[in-house]
Amino acid sequence: MLGKTAGGLFWMFRYLERSENTARLIEAGFRMALTRPDGSDDEWGSVLQTAAVADDYRERFGEIEASKVIDFLLRDSANPSSVMSSIATARQNARLVRTAITREVWEAVNDTYMILKQALARPVAARDLPEVLGMIRQQSALVRGALHGTMLRNDVFDFARIGTFLERADNTARILDVKYYVLLPSITQIGSSLDNVQWETILRSVAGQRAYRWINKGEASPKGIADFLIFDGRMPRSLKFAVSKIGTNLRYLEEEYGAPAPSHGLVNDIQTRIDRSNIDQVFEEGLHEFILEILQSLALLGSQISKDYRFLG
Amino acid sequence: MTGSGTFFDEMYGQDGEAAREPYRSYEAWFHSEDIRELRKKSIEAERFFRRTGITFNVYGQAEADERLIPFDIVPRIISGREWARLTKGIEQRVRALNAFLYDLYHRQEILRAGRIPVELIAKNDAFLPKMIGVEPPGGVYTHIVGIDLVRTGEDDFFVLEDNARTPSGVSYMLENRETMLQMFPELFSRIKVQEVQDYPRQLRRSLQACLPPAASGDSVTVAVLTPGIHNSAYFEHAFLADQMGVELVEGSDLRVVDGRIAMRTTQGYHPIDVIYRRIDDDFLDPLSFNPDSLLGVPGIMDVYRAGGITIANAPGTGIADDKAIYSYMPDIVEFYTGEKAILKNVPTWRCSDEDSLKYVLEHLEELVVKEVHGSGGYGMLVGPAASKKEIAAFRDKLEAKPGNYIAQPTLALSTVPILTQSGLAPRHVDLRPFCLVSPQDIRITPGGLSRVALKKGSLVVNSSQGGGTKDTWVLEE
Repeated sequence: MLGKTAGGLFWMFRYLERSENTARLIEAGFRMALTRPDGSDDEWGSVLQTAAVADDYRERFGEIEASKVIDFLLRDSANPSSVMSSIATARQNARLVRTAITREVWEAVNDTYMILKQALARPVAARDLPEVLGMIRQQSALVRGALHGTMLRNDVFDFARIGTFLERADNTARILDVKYYVLLPSITQIGSSLDNVQWETILRSVAGQRAYRWINKGEASPKGIADFLIFDGRMPRSLKFAVSKIGTNLRYLEEEYGAPAPSHGLVNDIQTRIDRSNIDQVFEEGLHEFILEILQSLALLGSQISKDYRFLG
Repeated sequence: MTGSGTFFDEMYGQDGEAAREPYRSYEAWFHSEDIRELRKKSIEAERFFRRTGITFNVYGQAEADERLIPFDIVPRIISGREWARLTKGIEQRVRALNAFLYDLYHRQEILRAGRIPVELIAKNDAFLPKMIGVEPPGGVYTHIVGIDLVRTGEDDFFVLEDNARTPSGVSYMLENRETMLQMFPELFSRIKVQEVQDYPRQLRRSLQACLPPAASGDSVTVAVLTPGIHNSAYFEHAFLADQMGVELVEGSDLRVVDGRIAMRTTQGYHPIDVIYRRIDDDFLDPLSFNPDSLLGVPGIMDVYRAGGITIANAPGTGIADDKAIYSYMPDIVEFYTGEKAILKNVPTWRCSDEDSLKYVLEHLEELVVKEVHGSGGYGMLVGPAASKKEIAAFRDKLEAKPGNYIAQPTLALSTVPILTQSGLAPRHVDLRPFCLVSPQDIRITPGGLSRVALKKGSLVVNSSQGGGTKDTWVLEE
């Protein structure tokens, strides 16, 4: 496979994952705004931070205003991480790697682009927001389904998966990074109603609220949530899960190509760091420091993979 | 000028009464269908094309402006007997084109014999002196050729132009058929149409058959070279690579490694044996040609000359596309095959010739004037359809550089009906069959790309000028 194709697949799936994650962040923020109108500006601020576009937003619009934030995250073409920009970039990459993906996968991505282009042609009114966000999630599921149902399990598939999980790990880590202060044993009253809403928002932004309730018999605690998002290998958006998937797919590449690469060592290091730790230890060492370290390792891993497999000339 | 009466209609003939033989069962079927249902199918076809991504980018427009080439659901039908005659003519012409190219870049017998003027070659930018004495692997210059044909009557076919450089449009031939099969499966069980879907396999075979001397031989690596995602024909490049199961590469993926052209893979550089390039000669090698080109591969011409790679089509084949050379094609065919040309040329005035120029200037309102190196319907004058002002402006251009132009009579292009709001309506068409050349044989896919001028009365079928396409059926004999 061409190095350029590998890179195209990696970025195509990173951006698809990003569009879904951004949609989930908006959903969580919107939900928070509905239930806690007073605290919602702060919430939109942290949503922007999680999406790593807070500075861009402030530069363009200044004050935080819910409708502007939603529009910026959903459809602004000046925001490269907006849902629409992400889908457009994913599709552009899909065109680039058209010979590596099946017709079904291409059509699912192209359909998604055409449907969203129409749905996001104008600012979305609040009452239409849930439907539009639902549509975005549904389309992501369609692409994923086409990928799983029609693609050969070879290096093409591996690069698609590595892109997906690197983006996902990064996203979950950023949610934790922005929200670590609500998860810390705080000076404010533990279990205040604001905290409960905050925790709920975190779980919502990783689609984990239902699973968490089942596992924890309905009781939410900051430690429990952090544990769930970092260490629970059953949870498809936890750091442990995402990192182990990157590791598995890199190992498949090693088998197919008959040789390991430096990035394999990096992913093993991250895996070991997670496996040898637990939530008590992390809280003791500092949640913030731990997450920062993971974020840096993920960035390093991404650029090493791009070098190892010659994405660029 | 309207599309009725004076033109030969391929469905209804000259008189317009009963359907001609090849169209008989289709026409009967058509009239048994509900026209509103058929119109719905048209919309369905458009959706199908958009989903598949069969779009082309319009030059100078933003990425958002991916356009569809309109597709008409009424097929263009050719009988097996008509086709057999055409293929004989095409094969003869393609054989002659390859012999002509070989001769031009070797002994130049045709120039010595005085059959075509030396200055026509010597002063021509499409002639590449760097190709003189080069042996293209397998002796093939034009692996892929598209011959543009027009019809004016029951038995009258003319070659409008030869596309020996990088003919495009074959993806539309294949996808148009795919669309028709999806939308009208019952038609194909009623009417026996020769299949076209084998083209990608044949293309790969033809390319593989032209191994360069440096190839190791156990497995042949073929790649399609595209200028990139912003090129108007990118869809076709990706489509062909995908259908052949070969890599789609850009210049930035390639470099010279140990005297071979190699592509950057996830596991290092891997040599390519045969490259099907969809970029022009000018951009192929910044070291040999346009130094500003970022699309090509520095040094590929040296590798080619040393036998390290096969380039399809060979560099320098563009000389055979030249419209001034075109006017000599009947002589060229006779010179190399010893036979009279089976397919007729359109009578052509070369404006470089003083008497011809005088005639052309006096008859501009009746003639079609084309640039010698032009393509895509740009820079041409269709006299009968042009305004006084347009003709006057063109006259100035023509007088300034007569050698850049040729002129032809306005042909009474045949029509085939399209589906409009009010039912069937005749529109002018042309036909581009695709021909594959290997050292062993010449294969012509039964069918081709039928382009149709969607505007009533228009004679310009180019997609860049509002033309559409039709599926082309060649019936089993």
